[in-house]
Parts: sequence; C-alpha cells; structure tokens
Amino acid sequence: MSSHVLRPLWVVIIIVILILVARFVIVPPDFGIQERGFMYGYHRKSNEDDWKAFKVKYKTRKYCKDCHPDKYEPIMSSKHRIIQCENCHGPAVDHPEDPPKLVVDKSRSLCIRCHARLLYPRTERAKIKGIDPEEHNAGMECSMCHNPHKPDMEGW
Amino acid sequence: MSISRRDFLLSTLKIAAASALPLSAFKILSPAEARAAIEATSVRWGFLVDTYKCVGCGFCVKACKLENEVPYDAPVTRTWVERYLILKDGRMVADTPLGGRDGFTKLEIQEEIVEPKDVSKAFFVPKLCNQCENPPCVQVCPVGATYQTADGVVLVDRTWCIGCGYCIMACPYGVRFFHPVYKVAEKCTFCYHRINKGMKTACVGACPFGARQIGNLKDPNDPVTKTIMTERVAVLKDEYGTKPQVYYIGLDENVR
Repeated sequence: MSSHVLRPLWVVIIIVILILVARFVIVPPDFGIQERGFMYGYHRKSNEDDWKAFKVKYKTRKYCKDCHPDKYEPIMSSKHRIIQCENCHGPAVDHPEDPPKLVVDKSRSLCIRCHARLLYPRTERAKIKGIDPEEHNAGMECSMCHNPHKPDMEGW
Repeated sequence: MSISRRDFLLSTLKIAAASALPLSAFKILSPAEARAAIEATSVRWGFLVDTYKCVGCGFCVKACKLENEVPYDAPVTRTWVERYLILKDGRMVADTPLGGRDGFTKLEIQEEIVEPKDVSKAFFVPKLCNQCENPPCVQVCPVGATYQTADGVVLVDRTWCIGCGYCIMACPYGVRFFHPVYKVAEKCTFCYHRINKGMKTACVGACPFGARQIGNLKDPNDPVTKTIMTERVAVLKDEYGTKPQVYYIGLDENVR
C-alpha cells in the first residue's frame, strides 16, 4: 500500500487507541449495566453506596427519649404527642456532641403552620383550634401564654 | 394379556414418579425471567399519601430540606405541598407558596382572599418523586448519571451528571430541579440513606398526621401494601404510562 494511504490510517488508529485508553482511565470499573437493565440500570454501582452513606440528621423522638424523659413524658400525654421533637427543636444530627445545643424555634410562624385558622369545609385543618395570627396578640411569642408540651393548659 | 408381578410393580413406580413431577418443571423460562428469579430483590419501595389527612403544615418540606441539604431559601425543593380550592362559582384556585415550606397560614391564594364560605371543596396535596417503574427521566440521560436501583428508587450520580437538564424536562411531574450548589440534577431519593437503615423518610417522620407513609410493595404484610391493595387509590398522570409508585387516597380530578 502506498504511503499516502498508510500515513492517515496510522493517525486514525492512534486517535482510536488514545480514546480507548482515555475511556479506560476515566470510566470507573463498576460502571455498566446493573439490575434494571440497559434502559434504567446503566450507572456506576458504587453511587448507590454513596447515597446510602448520606448523613442522617433527623433522629426521631426515640433518640431524645432516654436523655430527656422530663420533656418526653409530658408531651406524650398531650395532644401534641403527634409532633416529633425535631419539628420544633431542629434536627438532632449528632447532638449532644455536634451541635451541643439545639436552637428551639419558638416563633409564631412555627405554631401557625397548623393553628392559623383556615376553616375549609371537610378538611382536617378546620378541626384544629385556630387563631387569626394578625388579631390574636400579634407580635407576641405563643409560648408566653401556651406551653407547647402541655397545650391543653393555659400558661406554664 | 399377562403381566409379571415384577413388571407390574416397576410400572407402578414409574407412573407414580412421573405424576409427582409438577407441570412447572417443564416450563421454559425466558432468560429475563430466569435472571429475575435469581436476582430479584425482595424490596420495592412505594409511597402512600392520604390527602384527607394533610392539613398543610409543611413540616415535611422543612424536614426534607434540612435532612437532604437542599438550600433552604432557594426556590427549589424535593417535596412540596399544594393547596387546591374549588370555589362555589366553579373556579379552581391552587398555590404552593415556597413549596409549602412554612405551611399555609393565610386565606390569600393567588393574590386574592378566598373566604372559606365560598369554598365548596378544599384539599392539600403533598407531592414528591413518584419513583416510576418506567422513569422517563432515566431514559433521556445521555451519560448514565441517573438510574433506577434494584429496589425501585431513581437516583442521580452527582459525580457523573453533566447538568444538561434533559431529565428535568422529561419528568412529567416536575419533581426534578437543578441543584444550585452542586450544579447537577437533583431529586427526591425516598431518603435512600434512611430507608436502608430501617428508618422512615424525613417527610414521613415529620408528618404529625400520618398523611405520608412509605413501605415495601413486595411485602404483602406491609401496611402500605395492604392499603394500596384493598383501598381505592390513584396515581398522578396515569396516562403517561410511567407507572408511578406514589399512591394517593382521595385524589381529586382537579389535581395536576
């Protein structure tokens, strides 16, 4: 074969080899077709473990129970027992190591999530005792008069 | 015709052995079926939303954002709550301020104040990724960055996503968005890190009213599976053929 054919052929072959080498280096070894087939399961398998290793922040009330029985017991006998501790106290993450202290959300905007009066017919919302946030002691923290752990009793 | 005792006993034994073989022993499995029988997991995650129970407090949205490190004040969220009001004059109004992150606290909806006496029906509808059996968002990914796990959850590989946004356009439910920090496609993972540790998702845990539940659809004794099998449930946009795995109790035709 004459050299004017061979020379560009060698260039093409070298480019293909370079691409294959680059692909071998870049594409992780566990990348490929997994359980759900080519259409839905084409991915890097170890990414599933990356997602499984994501940090859990909301530890649920089981985590709070043992160290704070003085808070846990009263709320569990009140109507507010359906609300998780962390909904108001914030996610525990690694408390008490990190963060050493949780910041309680005492704002009105927290309480009125449920207790702003919306009397829509046939909704559970209409059955919750509600207030008009603009008229009911506007500007004051709800917890000044209402104990969130004992919502049935006025004051502390 | 005569038959010896020995032959008679032998024939009897053969017939008994042959009839003991079940019919299924002769069934020819396709390679896909055979593989499914060997590799199939015993888990398929599914979700159940009871729209009758939702009061629109938005604790689920708050918990999801904090648990999954979705920027809190950015107008993006993996899950959200919609408020629908069907008025007595036949109109429908709906809104989802900040995705319902701070709850629904005002009568104001779409810049108009709607008095409850003018409402004929009202409901709150929590939404999240449907973890479709046939996810269109996965089919369109040009690089294999988004995929479905064996237990049915659709995830995004953040190291592999090029941020082209095809999947965001392909999702009929609008659950995908562009993550403002990682600059990749982002979506609900059913809290994959929690459900694999035996915990509930952050939104399920935060819901005080039991409006959200997660369960294993392959376990017939799972309460979620039982409800889906015995109650009247619906899915969103069934006509798209995506086979959503988030089931709704009390879904209204006005919900889009």
